[in-house]
Amino acid sequence: MSEPVLEIDNLSVRFNLKRGVLRAVDGVSIKVGKGETFGLVGESGSGKTVTARSIMRLVPTPPGEIASGTVRFEGRDIYQMSDEEIREIRGQHIAMVFQEPMSALNPVFTVGSQIGDPLRTNLGMSKQEARERTIEMLQLVGIPSPATRIDNYVHEFSGGMRQRVMLAMALSCDPTFLIADEPTTALDVTIQAVILELITSMIERFDMSLLFITHNLGVVAHACDNIGVMYASHLVEMGSTEEIFANPQHPYTVGLLRSIPRLDVQEKFLTPIDGTVCNMMDPPQGCKFHPRCTQAMDICKERIPEFKELSPGHFAACHLHEQPTV
Amino acid sequence: MTENLLEVKDLVKHFTLNGDLVSRIAGKTQTVKAVDGINFHIRQGETLGLVGESGCGKSTTGRLITRLIEPTAGEIKLHGEDLLSFSPKRMRETRRNVQLVFQDPYASLNPRKTIMDILSRPLEVHKLATTWHEKRERVLELLNLVGLGSEHIDRYPHEFSGGQRQRIAIARGLALTPELVIGDEPVSALDVSIQAQILNLFRELQEKFSLTYLFIAHDLAVIRHISDRVAVMYVGKIVETGPVATIFSDPLHPYTKALLAAVPEADPKKPPPRLTLEGEVATPIDPPPGCRLNGRCPLATSICGEVEPALVSVATNHEVACHNL
Ligand SMILES: Nc1ncnc2c1ncn2[C@@H]1O[C@H](COP(=O)(O)OP(=O)(O)OP(=O)(O)O)[C@@H](O)[C@H]1O
Ligand SMILES: Nc1ncnc2c1ncn2[C@@H]1O[C@H](COP(=O)(O)OP(=O)(O)OP(=O)(O)O)[C@@H](O)[C@H]1O
Ligand code: SF4
Ligand code: SF4
Ligand SMILES: [Mg+2]
Ligand SMILES: [Mg+2]
Repeated sequence: MSEPVLEIDNLSVRFNLKRGVLRAVDGVSIKVGKGETFGLVGESGSGKTVTARSIMRLVPTPPGEIASGTVRFEGRDIYQMSDEEIREIRGQHIAMVFQEPMSALNPVFTVGSQIGDPLRTNLGMSKQEARERTIEMLQLVGIPSPATRIDNYVHEFSGGMRQRVMLAMALSCDPTFLIADEPTTALDVTIQAVILELITSMIERFDMSLLFITHNLGVVAHACDNIGVMYASHLVEMGSTEEIFANPQHPYTVGLLRSIPRLDVQEKFLTPIDGTVCNMMDPPQGCKFHPRCTQAMDICKERIPEFKELSPGHFAACHLHEQPTV
Repeated sequence: MTENLLEVKDLVKHFTLNGDLVSRIAGKTQTVKAVDGINFHIRQGETLGLVGESGCGKSTTGRLITRLIEPTAGEIKLHGEDLLSFSPKRMRETRRNVQLVFQDPYASLNPRKTIMDILSRPLEVHKLATTWHEKRERVLELLNLVGLGSEHIDRYPHEFSGGQRQRIAIARGLALTPELVIGDEPVSALDVSIQAQILNLFRELQEKFSLTYLFIAHDLAVIRHISDRVAVMYVGKIVETGPVATIFSDPLHPYTKALLAAVPEADPKKPPPRLTLEGEVATPIDPPPGCRLNGRCPLATSICGEVEPALVSVATNHEVACHNL
């Protein structure tokens, strides 16, 4: 890999709640190189968003707590930075597209001021420059009539338009690192294609790196260089996109790929992985997937499998791969 | 043939932008033709999939049917009765049977209420459970249906992941076992395994209670899976509608074709999706005359810029609005 821009090492994040401790992220290590797109996929509630927010130091503490690990951006430890430094990183280097637009957009300001004001404070643009840049960004993300829409409020936008406002906001400062948490879920496939092209062009032009969180495995297949798969706060598999799709090694990944609905035929019922995710405040011993795994063995109930490199660049945490095959 | 549960006729919703007095005097007021004369019906026990470009009016349609907003013009009939003439009291009762699962769970779940509060409220209002124990039991049952464990019941919405919140919104939509569920992107934040579980749940409930669905989604594989019929919208209009198999195997409208060509397949060895439409996304603000795809459409001819194509029948149940088929 080229020089890693982002290095997450052994990150654990927990929430200290009234009813107990919830381990949201447990021992996750991820490296993202310059110009690389890393896709993070996995079970709903497995810790993808919390991992992403940790990079920006945006996990609410309390109740959240970084229990262990480090996050390094361009070699510097994010958690050792002063408030001043982290503000600079957030405003100019790392940008984030949040999973739910309304959690990050303000209902009482116009769309234009929400995109434009940071451009003035962070990049020192004049009012006029910021407005022109904002209209240009709205246009780039496919908002029709941008010169009118710039003065509207978010409640006057559709779900997908709000998502694109956030994208415009994130991309307007030419970040070197983009964290995109489900950035295209509210978009139809044609506008999704436009957005993915826009992001690709930014990767090419600025050598931008991308941490791409999504449930859309079709998008992952075409947009990402490498993929990490999360289940119940653990990273359970990681490898190149080709490897993960052609040769998945963790039973959760295999089940996930089998659950994708098909476009060519209509099946009456789909094939999900049986069972439900474990209680994260009282997780099972051993491999967190064992109550649902069709290949579970005795050892799976006792010991957490090690995250091991099975072939160059392809890692998985599963006892099936720890023992010499019988 | 089964009865039409829902019938929508010439439904129109226009929004005014910059409608304040100052802007009106300055002539800055503009009209968004969010929904601009659409017609469709859904039979009892049927699922109509609604797809279309982001911003084309799908959520507005859903909100009109639940009367969260009032239409500019047009008719909505539920069991043949004019829904728009229902008194507020009658409407409140009707809401029990017509439920909307909102597109944005973050904004639609009250941050100050626990999941227990949120899910037991509709049960209280419609007197389906009275004692604390009854309510608690029913809420746990609902959580279980959407794959959430009992440990979540006393937590607040902001303490959940996006997909967990979405499932809480689904549980709320199903709490009263309504007749008609309008799902506005109800599974978009779920991983494909949980998504498969929820889609199976929708199907089971439909079989058991003959539920009717209006299912809005951008994921065409999901639409393919869940729908009996599909309606495709583009900038406030329905441009094609037909049985699900026909729409997917024999799409006729250039916009429907463009949508299908742009689906990224979950296989890195397959070619990446193609964009067959050029140019700018059309605007619902004072749209130009003629077909709204004109300017982006590879088949456009001179008539397309002048006359708006009407939705006409091309085969049984298959309707398309295009001059150049
Ligand atoms: N503010 C919070 N307080 C308490 N628990 C939280 C908080 N935020 C997240 N969690 C919990 O942490 C776990 C991981 O959540 P996270 O949002 O990272 O999941 P995710 O992988 O992004 O899921 P999704 O795909 O559904 O968005 C979940 O069990 C969630 O309930
Ligand atoms: N309250 C409002 N005031 C003004 N304009 C509105 C309002 N609500 C919606 N609109 C506009 O109406 C159009 C249709 O919006 P709608 O939310 O119905 O789209 P949608 O098809 O659901 O899109 P998406 O797929 O992005 O969710 C958009 O142009 C939107 O900006
Ligand atoms: S470690 Fe055991 S339970 Fe876990 S995924 Fe592997 S085989 Fe299944
Ligand atoms: S009417 Fe004309 S512009 Fe519209 S879809 Fe048909 S060919 Fe294209
Ligand atoms: Mg998330
Ligand atoms: Mg919508």
